[in-house]
Amino acid sequence: MVVNLGIGLPTLLANVGEGRVGVLLHSENGLLGIGPYPREGEVDADLINAGKETVTAVAGASYFDSAESFAMIRGGHVDLAVLGGMEVSAEGDLANWMIPGKMVKGMGGAMDLVAGAKRTVVIMEHLNRDGEPKVRASCSLPLTGRGVVDRLITDLAVFDFVGSPRREMMLVELLAEIDLDELRLCTPAPFAVAIPG
Amino acid sequence: MGIGKVVSSAAQAVADIQDGATLLVGGFGLCGIPEETIAALRASGASGLTVVSNNCGVDDFGLGVLLANRQISRMVSSYVGENKTFERQFLSGELDVELVPQGTLAERIRAGGAGVPAFYTPAGVGTPIAEGKETRAFDGTSYLLERAILTDFALVKAWRGDALGNLVYRRTARNFNPLVATAGRVTIAEVEQLVEVGELDGDLIHTPGVFVQRIFEAAVSEKRIERRRLRA
Repeated sequence: MVVNLGIGLPTLLANVGEGRVGVLLHSENGLLGIGPYPREGEVDADLINAGKETVTAVAGASYFDSAESFAMIRGGHVDLAVLGGMEVSAEGDLANWMIPGKMVKGMGGAMDLVAGAKRTVVIMEHLNRDGEPKVRASCSLPLTGRGVVDRLITDLAVFDFVGSPRREMMLVELLAEIDLDELRLCTPAPFAVAIPG
Repeated sequence: MGIGKVVSSAAQAVADIQDGATLLVGGFGLCGIPEETIAALRASGASGLTVVSNNCGVDDFGLGVLLANRQISRMVSSYVGENKTFERQFLSGELDVELVPQGTLAERIRAGGAGVPAFYTPAGVGTPIAEGKETRAFDGTSYLLERAILTDFALVKAWRGDALGNLVYRRTARNFNPLVATAGRVTIAEVEQLVEVGELDGDLIHTPGVFVQRIFEAAVSEKRIERRRLRA
């Protein structure tokens, strides 16, 4: 399968996936088949990932321009996008590109990815730096996409978003150290509980 | 015909870029940017520029040096997270900024060079970037109408090129460059190596020379690395 990893927490997955058969990592700056970070002598200024870090390429990797890269994304040829998040809502809305008046990073490829990848997973911390919940009834920040999140993984829990066109949030996994009441206290978004077993 | 495209220096290549010009600039982060051409623009002092480029360099390299020198009045980009000058000028209202989803930006440039005035894309539906844009449903899904981009000048960096303007890029330094090359009324190619006509394998040329009006070999290609990360 073809997987695109966003900037931030998702890049931690690159090492987990290393050497896994049948997984090709896509980098929107024009590389299909990201390899491990280089050793000292292997560093190549012409070979970076979307986070601008030096990388290597696996055997069978291909290079292409940005339009072709997003043809892969928008055209539904990428199976999974894993993105970072600032806020996720109960209906699967995602905000991850700006805080009005405070911080402007830009959306990069995130709006294309959530519109085109077959499945979108968001990985983020449950609370922001000020201790405020990032999983909300509705997003307060400008959206990256509406109803686009299929799974949300935080440091406390895992939620799936099911249903169409309106998505609903289901708790599917909870960190052993906390209970459901504690989770609800820091999760203003309404959710159903569907933990197996 | 072709031989007339070769210019002797970056300074000569940018000599007619006037105040208020619109520019497309290739590169992703600092990878594959026409660094010597940008430095020549910094020296020329042309100001009030509109620059379309995926990123805006860092504070002291790439497009960041034009920003620091207040030569850019409007910027069209997808991601500007690594540049504090950018953020400061944007938040203070000094710099006019249009943020565009990266795939939409690539396609707008591709469309500009290909003679397609506009196209529909699903990216950005239901978000602030959809405001003021025509939305249309096809087969039950909503799409935004996005306009093509064409500029006065296009600045690209290639690995190898010849006097006819044929270009070959290397690895991820290709990124936006082949698209940018097609969408400038005058396209200026900075190459690491200018080779003899016939030396490049025609099957492997990424940008056919028809898209390039001026070409020169960079005196130095620093190719600065933004984030040198090594295997643990």
